[in-house]
Amino acid sequence: MRAELPSLLVSFALGITSVFAQSGELTMPKSIEAGAAFSIQSGGSGKGTLYIAGPGQFIKQDVQLGGEIAIAAGSLYNAGHYGVWLTSDSSTQIGSIDVVPAQKPSDITFIAKPSRLPVAMHNAITGSAYVFDAYGNLITRPMQVSFQLSNPGTSPQTRTVESRNGAAWTQMDSASREGKAQFVARVGDVSSTRIVGQVPGDPCTIKMSAKPAGNKIQLVTVPVRDCTGNAIPDGTIVTFTETYGDVKSTVDVPLKKGIASVEMPSHRGATISVASGVVLGNQIRWAQ
Amino acid sequence: MNSGGRLLALALAGATAALVVIGSMWPNKAAAAFASGQQFTTAAGTPEAAVRTLGEQIRAHAFERAYENLANKGEFSEQQFHRDLTSGWPDLRTYATLSDFQVQPLHATDTDADVRFKMQWSTVVGPSTSTRDLHLVKNGSKWQVQWPIQKEPVVPPQVIPVNYLRWDVISRSSAEDWGAQDVEAPHVRIVDMHPVQRAEGLVLLGELLNEDVVPAYVSVTATLLSKDQKTIDTEGSFDAISHQLLPKQVTPFLIRFPNVTLSQVGSVRMTPFSTLISASADPVIEIQNEKLIPAPDAALTGELTNQSGQIANVAHVLGTFYDKSGQVVWVGDQYVDHALLPQTPVAFRIHIPQDLAHKVSSERTVVATYSFGGSQ
Repeated sequence: MRAELPSLLVSFALGITSVFAQSGELTMPKSIEAGAAFSIQSGGSGKGTLYIAGPGQFIKQDVQLGGEIAIAAGSLYNAGHYGVWLTSDSSTQIGSIDVVPAQKPSDITFIAKPSRLPVAMHNAITGSAYVFDAYGNLITRPMQVSFQLSNPGTSPQTRTVESRNGAAWTQMDSASREGKAQFVARVGDVSSTRIVGQVPGDPCTIKMSAKPAGNKIQLVTVPVRDCTGNAIPDGTIVTFTETYGDVKSTVDVPLKKGIASVEMPSHRGATISVASGVVLGNQIRWAQ
Repeated sequence: MNSGGRLLALALAGATAALVVIGSMWPNKAAAAFASGQQFTTAAGTPEAAVRTLGEQIRAHAFERAYENLANKGEFSEQQFHRDLTSGWPDLRTYATLSDFQVQPLHATDTDADVRFKMQWSTVVGPSTSTRDLHLVKNGSKWQVQWPIQKEPVVPPQVIPVNYLRWDVISRSSAEDWGAQDVEAPHVRIVDMHPVQRAEGLVLLGELLNEDVVPAYVSVTATLLSKDQKTIDTEGSFDAISHQLLPKQVTPFLIRFPNVTLSQVGSVRMTPFSTLISASADPVIEIQNEKLIPAPDAALTGELTNQSGQIANVAHVLGTFYDKSGQVVWVGDQYVDHALLPQTPVAFRIHIPQDLAHKVSSERTVVATYSFGGSQ
């Protein structure tokens, strides 16, 4: 907005001037692609000043009236509607031009969410792509955007979506094996890659065994896995609870190398249970 | 300056002078002790007076003088006495002050007596109470306390290998494109929520699960809405929650709404918050000998044992209490004011409101620990 304010003020001032001066129409293209060169055909004679004002851009140029005024490539690059004024001591000629985004995509902004999710989730990965030209203008004409989610060891999931108003989006399933998937959005020869971490889900079952360790019991789980066979990551909390009469002992143990292990007080007849999050494991009654 | 301002200045100056005179002539005992050390009550004519004198000396941090008056000072050093009261390792007691104490006679003869000495400490997380039963002996005309020293456990010098996971977080930089990827906040879920009407207001109890594979810093906010969907109040769990959750860990939470009744509430909007946090899976704390003590004085008692090598300076114990159907009926907590040294049990006691004690059928306890130079 701050960038556009001087242009608006100039437009306003030139507009007032043109009301009181002799006016004429400039001959120029109705629209050009961002950054394209173009020319303006002017009438009259002598010297004049050309003003072009639009979104975030303002050009002032001394010109010779009565001929073709060349505007170099790269001069107008912000997409939008521009006002054009050609003034001299005796007259003002006016015109307007629309700058549209370039046809060729040059950049793609790709938002992939979430960046980490459990395995085997249907339509849980969302990708949104926004296509821009070399000058950062959103290309609003429909374009074919392809999305590809590649998981190590499996064939990639691919979707092709037509963009609407510059945006295209899709949904993908997470794989059944854990690992980092590459999520790529591509339009033409432009692409953008995001990494989606697919992590194990809740433990499927938790099974522990117990053996005496001096005057204590050593409790060890078998390697904890989710329902698709992925090892639950180290650091996940496994809770061991020993109940003996009305006395209870609890330890929250993080998984280490896939298993949880702890020593707890040994009481004949004690009941020991194991759980992780909302998943319950087996129960042992200690008889030794 | 106008006359009104001059009058106010004179009044303030007069009031200040008057307060200085009053403070100098009739000083507060603790302040006097800090200032000169000459104003202590030194009465020891009765067992209670001797214990009160000891209490005032401890309150004023005059440990040297308190130690000098003990009957059994030959059994331990002044440093050990000081450590018994303020801890040898940095913990809540290290930065606490004795705000008040009570003296309760238990037994007395002409030559010896037993007195219960209940100390109320002010710590950075709130009040903490400890009780010592003191034996006193009469020495001439003076009663002297035999201090029941609890010597700091000594952990033998050793190397304890620790190879639990540690998670570090690198977030996106502000210089990156607006669409650039950032690390995902941990996924957490409220697995239980239950309102309880108490005399002081409405209390929301519940449990929060970190269902992700990364550690989370969590908190819960609740907004009460009236039946016509207008906001009544918004409150957070503050410290009635374990803020750091490792993967698949569950914490209870308690949110208080003072002066709100359940009949006013049409619905509740719960907002769990989570963010990634650098954390360590160490230390592992075992909770041993958990026992529900029935009313009166209902409580959950137990012992915390640090199974790791890292000293946990502050431990916060949270108890979730369930009825027979497994519904949460109360959440209680207690800060343990002593550091958890490796393999050294420290007792805890969580109070259960008497009117709820008969409903409690089972419990689950979690511990949050904080170590100087890092937290877990």
